[in-house]
Amino acid sequence: MSESLNFHFDVDGDNFVSAGQASVQTKKNLRRLGLPPEIIRQISIALYEGEINMVIHAGGGEADINVYEDKVEIILADKGPGIPDIDLAMQEGYSTATENVRSLGFGAGMGLPNMKRYTDEMKIESKVGVGTTITMCVYLK
Amino acid sequence: MKISTLKELLDADILCGEEFLEKDVHSACGSDMMSDVLAFVKDQAVLMTGLVNLQVIRTAEMMDMICIVFVRSKRPTPEMVEAARESGIALLATDMRMYDACGTLYNNGLTGTRI
Repeated sequence: MSESLNFHFDVDGDNFVSAGQASVQTKKNLRRLGLPPEIIRQISIALYEGEINMVIHAGGGEADINVYEDKVEIILADKGPGIPDIDLAMQEGYSTATENVRSLGFGAGMGLPNMKRYTDEMKIESKVGVGTTITMCVYLK
Repeated sequence: MKISTLKELLDADILCGEEFLEKDVHSACGSDMMSDVLAFVKDQAVLMTGLVNLQVIRTAEMMDMICIVFVRSKRPTPEMVEAARESGIALLATDMRMYDACGTLYNNGLTGTRI
């Protein structure tokens, strides 16, 4: 495997309004690298949903985007409450978001399913009370 | 459908992106839930929404949408207009309600996506 290019972002958990900055910047970076628009869109949406999730549920976290020759890897790590039942969390429409978050247009229970939908691989590691790490991969075909 | 036609049909004001009026939109999506919007991918789409916060612009940007229509007389904040301008997204505002706005566009040939 050749060396990767890494973009790292700290995701601020206190500010819903500014959420999505890592996704906006990553989209710009990937465009500059000349990746196909369809691939950039997949990565941007998956990262954006993940970022919003970290802000809503985990008080922020860290996002790493590693660009390899044959794939782009997204790693989202937080020290939030963890996900007690991952299968349940993966069901479309299941959400633990507050009414306030819903009034802002999120918390429809589509975040994790959308992340899976737009990536080729997705792995969730979570421990209640410790945090969650989600690793996603999009292959550059 | 051109954005200029859409503007006329909805009797909408254009708030930014006048230079995109002759661009074509190929499909549309109406929702106040951004996660539902994010589940929908189509090229050159327009987003119809009554939600007003910066995440609406971010969502459209992530989806490569080229136009957002705010329904029910909702108006975006200056910060949202600025973000849309930077991202090359046209912003329109209409007094029509969501159902009527979507119905008008649909009747005139702008359909959604088939799932």
